[in-house]
Amino acid sequence: MSEHLRDPTSETTSTQRPRREPLATFAERTVALLDIGKMRGDEFVDRLETNFASLGIGTRRYRKPTNARVAPPDLIQQITLECHAVVLALSD
Amino acid sequence: MKNINATVSPMPETRFVAVVKRECETSVMVAPVLTALAQHVPLEVWSQDDPAFPPGVDTRDDRSLEMSFRLDIETVPTLIRLRGDDEEGRTVGWLRDAWSDLVGRPVGDDLPDMRPGCGSRSREPGVHEQLVARYGRPGLTSRTIDVDDWADPHEVAFDRGWTDGLPVVPPTDGRIVRMLTGTTRSPDEVIGAMPPNLAPCTVEKVAINAVMAGCRPEYLPVVLAAVEAALDPLFTMHGLLCTTCFSSPIVVVNGPITRAIGMNSGMNALGQGNRANATIGRALQLAVRNVGGGIPGELDRSTLGGPGKYTFCFAEDESHPDWMPLSVARGVDPDTNAVTLFQGDGVQGFIDQRSRTPEELTRSLAMSLAAVGHPKLAEFTNALLVLSPEHHGIFAAAGWDRERIERELNAALVRPGADLVQGAQGVGEGITPGREGEQVAKFWPDGLLIARAGGEAGLYSAICAGWTGGRFRDESKPVTREIIP
Repeated sequence: MSEHLRDPTSETTSTQRPRREPLATFAERTVALLDIGKMRGDEFVDRLETNFASLGIGTRRYRKPTNARVAPPDLIQQITLECHAVVLALSD
Repeated sequence: MKNINATVSPMPETRFVAVVKRECETSVMVAPVLTALAQHVPLEVWSQDDPAFPPGVDTRDDRSLEMSFRLDIETVPTLIRLRGDDEEGRTVGWLRDAWSDLVGRPVGDDLPDMRPGCGSRSREPGVHEQLVARYGRPGLTSRTIDVDDWADPHEVAFDRGWTDGLPVVPPTDGRIVRMLTGTTRSPDEVIGAMPPNLAPCTVEKVAINAVMAGCRPEYLPVVLAAVEAALDPLFTMHGLLCTTCFSSPIVVVNGPITRAIGMNSGMNALGQGNRANATIGRALQLAVRNVGGGIPGELDRSTLGGPGKYTFCFAEDESHPDWMPLSVARGVDPDTNAVTLFQGDGVQGFIDQRSRTPEELTRSLAMSLAAVGHPKLAEFTNALLVLSPEHHGIFAAAGWDRERIERELNAALVRPGADLVQGAQGVGEGITPGREGEQVAKFWPDGLLIARAGGEAGLYSAICAGWTGGRFRDESKPVTREIIP
């Protein structure tokens, strides 16, 4: 059964959890390309890598051990330390 | 006359409803009466704990306690006579004459004249408020935040920025309704405008944050008084929140309520381990954060912060017959519940295990108090001295009361301006140049507050330095408020 909480704030913001602000610029920023481990994910990431490179945007590649589970914490922490944005390759 | 909700099945004009529970001996005793009665009159029997009880009757399952709530059952067994949906009468427990009068025929001839009933499960501690939330009108106006079926409400609170970094109790309607039973004040009463966003702060919002902090309902009046004191313009909560300094509200509670709700004024009074101390101070901080929007890194600009920004609340030990409580010294009648909010930092320990006379101890305390803020600053910050029983005992044995202690300490804290001006003693910090010829007091005359607390053993006291806003003597001061039930 879903639970309902009462808002403890002055209710000046949306009831939806705010999204993270998108990057204002890609200059000196690195984008993580995360292959979640589904079939042909590598092809999709290859294409993304090429396109980002053509725009002069740095990328790093990562891969989940399996698409059946959430990314392990050490992978998430590594991406957090090394990159500023993530593209998930939800390919099939 | 009570009106029964339409969920009760349509019945002939006059009908009866009984509410029972198997674990109640009186309910068990009247079970044969109900079985016999069902042969003669329309009767619904609702069981709070066992749908198979009483045997031989078409019992309705009220383990959810919805019907007990709607019928406002306080005791079982309860027998109610209805005409349509209108209640004509009820009897609780077992009173043979009352039951016989209600049903219009003699019943229970083989039973004793009377037996008291048992408490209804719907009135067990905390249950009624849950039922109000589930089936009634809780009367809350704050918007609801839905938590997905598989989401953890604790994580939702973190994700939404509602916490101080520690887990909070999820503010459900049942918990909030129960919290509000702790005060006579209306949930929609506006206490004031909470800085920094100057958002209206209602009793309901305080109650929600008190739930999250882990308060019990009987703490709520103390929390409300603390919030009121914080919102007094003289307390300058906005500046205290936005400051780059260490300070935050320190809550000192006085009066009989401290004993009633089990606050700690003794051993480890300034430390962890007491629910009331910990959660009252935390509720105030959460209200500032959530209602006012005082978020660290945003408008909370403290350079280093301090552990007191989680919570800092304790009760004063008023047990010594010669000690005038802080609240009384600040104008509140004796034996009256009150909070005093002081804008202060963490604890600076004061150790003196050698002084044995009040004069020695005064000089010793003055040496440490002179260091508040900076040894060369004066009339710049206030201070809260938490005097331990053993240190106070040295004063008390010599017949020094609060007034004498304050007077002697302030006198011992007057120093030559030549030693304090900026640049003197090779230190840049100090009082304004030009005061070299003055004798300068460390604190404003009302700037040194003293509270008595702590364990019986230990020649240690505590000094809490005041916020630098104290240098504006008439603009920013500690605030004392009586606690309204």
